[in-house]
Amino acid sequence: MNALVNYGDLFKVTLPETILEVISLLVLIVDLAWLRKAAQATRMAAACSLGVAGSAAAIAWIVGHPERMSFAGGALVATPLVNAVQIGILILTALVLLLSVKAEFSRNPAEFVAIVLLATTGMMLVAAARDLLVIFIGLELLSLSLYVLTAFAKSSAQSAEAALKYYLFGGMSAAFMLFGFSYLYGLTGTTNLSQMAYRLSGEATIPLAVVASVLIAAGLGFKVAAVPFHLWAPDTYQGAPAPVAALIASGSKVASFALLVAVTEGFVAPRSSETTGHSLWIVLLLAMAAGSIVLGNLAALVQTSVRRLLAYSAIAHAGYMLLGIAANTAQSGAAVLYYALTYALTTVGAFGVIAIVERATGSDRLDAFAGLSRRNPLLAGTMLVFLLSLAGIPPLVGFWAKFNLLAAVLRATTSTSWSLPLVILALGASAVSLYYYLQVLKRVYVAKPTQTAPLPVSFLELATLTGIALAVLLLGIFPGILSGWIPLG
Amino acid sequence: MLAFTIYLSFAGALLLALLPSAWARASRVIALLAAIAGFAVGFIAFTQAGGGGSIAIADLPWVPQLGIRYTLAADGISRVLVLLTGLAAVAGILFSWNVGDSEGDRANEFFAFFLALIGGVYGVFLSVDLFLLFVFYEIAIVPKYFLIAIWGSTRREYAAMKLALYSFAGSAMVLIGLLAAYAQAGGHSMNLQALARYPFPISFQMWAFPLVFVGFAILAGMWPFHTWAPTGHVAAPTAASMLLAGVVMKLGAYGCLRVAMSLFPHGLDPWGFTFLGVGSWRTVFALFAVIGIVYGGAVALVQNDFKFVIGYSSVSHMGLVLLGLLTLTQIGIDGAVLQMFSHGILAGLLFATVGRIVYVRTHTRDLGALSKLQLSKAMPFAATLFVIAGMASMGLPGFSGFIAEVQVLIGAWQAFPWFAIVAGVGIVVGVAYTLRAMQRAFFSDTPAVDANGAPAPVPEYDPVTWPEIAGTVLLAGTSLLIGIYPRLLLDVIAPAVQALPHALLTGGRG
Repeated sequence: MNALVNYGDLFKVTLPETILEVISLLVLIVDLAWLRKAAQATRMAAACSLGVAGSAAAIAWIVGHPERMSFAGGALVATPLVNAVQIGILILTALVLLLSVKAEFSRNPAEFVAIVLLATTGMMLVAAARDLLVIFIGLELLSLSLYVLTAFAKSSAQSAEAALKYYLFGGMSAAFMLFGFSYLYGLTGTTNLSQMAYRLSGEATIPLAVVASVLIAAGLGFKVAAVPFHLWAPDTYQGAPAPVAALIASGSKVASFALLVAVTEGFVAPRSSETTGHSLWIVLLLAMAAGSIVLGNLAALVQTSVRRLLAYSAIAHAGYMLLGIAANTAQSGAAVLYYALTYALTTVGAFGVIAIVERATGSDRLDAFAGLSRRNPLLAGTMLVFLLSLAGIPPLVGFWAKFNLLAAVLRATTSTSWSLPLVILALGASAVSLYYYLQVLKRVYVAKPTQTAPLPVSFLELATLTGIALAVLLLGIFPGILSGWIPLG
Repeated sequence: MLAFTIYLSFAGALLLALLPSAWARASRVIALLAAIAGFAVGFIAFTQAGGGGSIAIADLPWVPQLGIRYTLAADGISRVLVLLTGLAAVAGILFSWNVGDSEGDRANEFFAFFLALIGGVYGVFLSVDLFLLFVFYEIAIVPKYFLIAIWGSTRREYAAMKLALYSFAGSAMVLIGLLAAYAQAGGHSMNLQALARYPFPISFQMWAFPLVFVGFAILAGMWPFHTWAPTGHVAAPTAASMLLAGVVMKLGAYGCLRVAMSLFPHGLDPWGFTFLGVGSWRTVFALFAVIGIVYGGAVALVQNDFKFVIGYSSVSHMGLVLLGLLTLTQIGIDGAVLQMFSHGILAGLLFATVGRIVYVRTHTRDLGALSKLQLSKAMPFAATLFVIAGMASMGLPGFSGFIAEVQVLIGAWQAFPWFAIVAGVGIVVGVAYTLRAMQRAFFSDTPAVDANGAPAPVPEYDPVTWPEIAGTVLLAGTSLLIGIYPRLLLDVIAPAVQALPHALLTGGRG
């Protein structure tokens, strides 16, 4: 950070984050000052609406100020792609809040919403940061918020266990990453990603850089739940309150993948060099990708809890996205972010359905979904859309995102040595994945219901889920809609 | 205009999906109207377009950044198969007229999935852009799963899952090939004709061709990837069996011809060496096809479940289609396309007789049990119908199957004389299993005896209903019409086959 800090610029670049911070304080004040005596449902509704309004305001600001900016020698940047990712994160947060209005896991609604907004702030910083220190601060803000949120269901032992596991793994991986960052700083004398790429490019392989790569891969691999750093994911997805699991699976993933794209661009020396495709970082990414694709899809086959099933499927999807990151071209980076955003949208929807079913039946096991299509056809229809999109069936957006991603990988000139075998692995594994998604849909549509009473869903939840399902369908039929935000091809 | 076959089917499916369940009885009428409208559109286009030539239907930019367009067109092959799809859809709904009679039938959903499947099938036959074709191809997979898993019979969940996974695995192989071809050609276009003109390196075609061919051939029931077909056909409800055998297996064969063989014609060339006497992918797959013909027939010969007999006969007949395609001769491919049409009609008719007309009245498909029911007396309509359908299916002159099989065999004789002889044997086996099933099910005059040794009386069954007669007339009449005047279709098919990529019709001889 050599450049003189211009506080006007800083304020402009971080205004969306500032809005979120202010709102998160406002939520606490409003709840404390006026709603202490109000019913639990009112307090939750008020807190969530404030949070949604805050997200909307932040989105409005970003949309209204699309100019490119960079602050303090590039510690924080605002490119169109970063803006798109930030808008996506805000939309995901708003959806999660809409779906948690009826949630009953917490007696402290204002604190819940405030911490969700803090986590969102962290995600947005991570997406925009191009400096190791800012990256680390953003990541820690995000992670600490998520640890707290995971433990939010105070009466649930599972929630506490999940939070502890998440925290221990997370703390360890953060330490690894920070250690790796310190080596990088020692090697290059800078914390800025673009300058670092420039300084690393001239050197032959430095042993210390190898160590740093491995350490950072461990840290970021944890954030995206890639094999072999995935162990926390199933327990956390299962134990956390449903909206929190949705947040971990959506916004947090998007931010981490945006970061991974940026780090890879900075880490791998400029693309003119011939040997770039073979650098150790790429090899690490590919190993994590192949492991995640295989293990995620195979382990998901035997799950009986739908949340654990989605956790393993998330690991598999992380594997596909890592392929795009390893290809490391402008197209493949954009394709990864497109994939991450649409995947996150679909997952939020799926967790919304799970939350509703859980509330009605008290379980997230496969059998809890039996006969859902007869108890609530519309809800079942949205689940059909979400899971088929995750499986990559056209005309849903999941198929389109996968096609776009794998086409970008195959077309990249940086990946010719490995692209075809790994794309074959990815598509073969995704054929396997249909089995476990159909296991859920089989319960929903085929199995006889154990209870025949209609399953009650509030209008707000049903409207939100229907909206997400329609978005998943329309984005699949008209993939070009987003091309103004995220370049295709 | 032909695009409306797709839109009408999907619109019908959407309408039925949103229909209140109290209106279940109206759903079959809506479905029938949608299917008839689609069939009418296909039929009018078929008659208006006359002979050869490809008619353009739509060409709009879809994802311009990736060169993907919404391009639909119909040449003779497509028009014939669209006509078949319309026939199978209408007949399938007529033969499911009992769905919706009782409360628990979930008739709305049944017909919604049915029409969604039909819409996907129309889409595949009309797509020129490969991305679009693949989208429709996969749209057709999911409804199949639910049709079988929800409304099926014998081991339905197993059969449905097996079918879905086989289909999806096949389509994953196809997608690998398409993605690789798209990237290899520079990523500017997914148009089938544009890509077919791109000179893919021979080494590329040598691995891409078998991958895509097998991917599609799985759905066409090619031995040894056929095992989903008999279990799926048996488990499926009648209408779904009719569609599976009637049109879905044709999707596979169509993809083999239209995509795999047109895009990578040099994949059929000799390898330059022989392994166990086999020197090219063409020979490998022709061998698989011939094995399928004989094996399917031989297994059908020993089945006791009536539907399994028909299921394995489908494997055998689809082997003929694949063999015809691989002859790479005009007459062989003509015959293969005609066989697709003919088998689509006849398999539908056979499944309707066995699964609907006989089964709903006797509640058994076991040939041993049926042989005690004196069906030729108790159900003369069904017996007559099966005799007609069986004769057509075994390839007697005067029916559509004969013309198709002769053409395939002539083509095969020119290309692979030995395979033609074996395939001829397979056709004889076809006569045997059809006659055996016919004799045991309908004409075995050994009534069950009670404890005193007195023969049971001829059972009484419900009379034939109007939808059954209408469906029968539609299918049997078409087969007879084509059998008597095959030029009706051949004049449309032949120019389209001639217009296939030049390298395809001259290929494989290296």
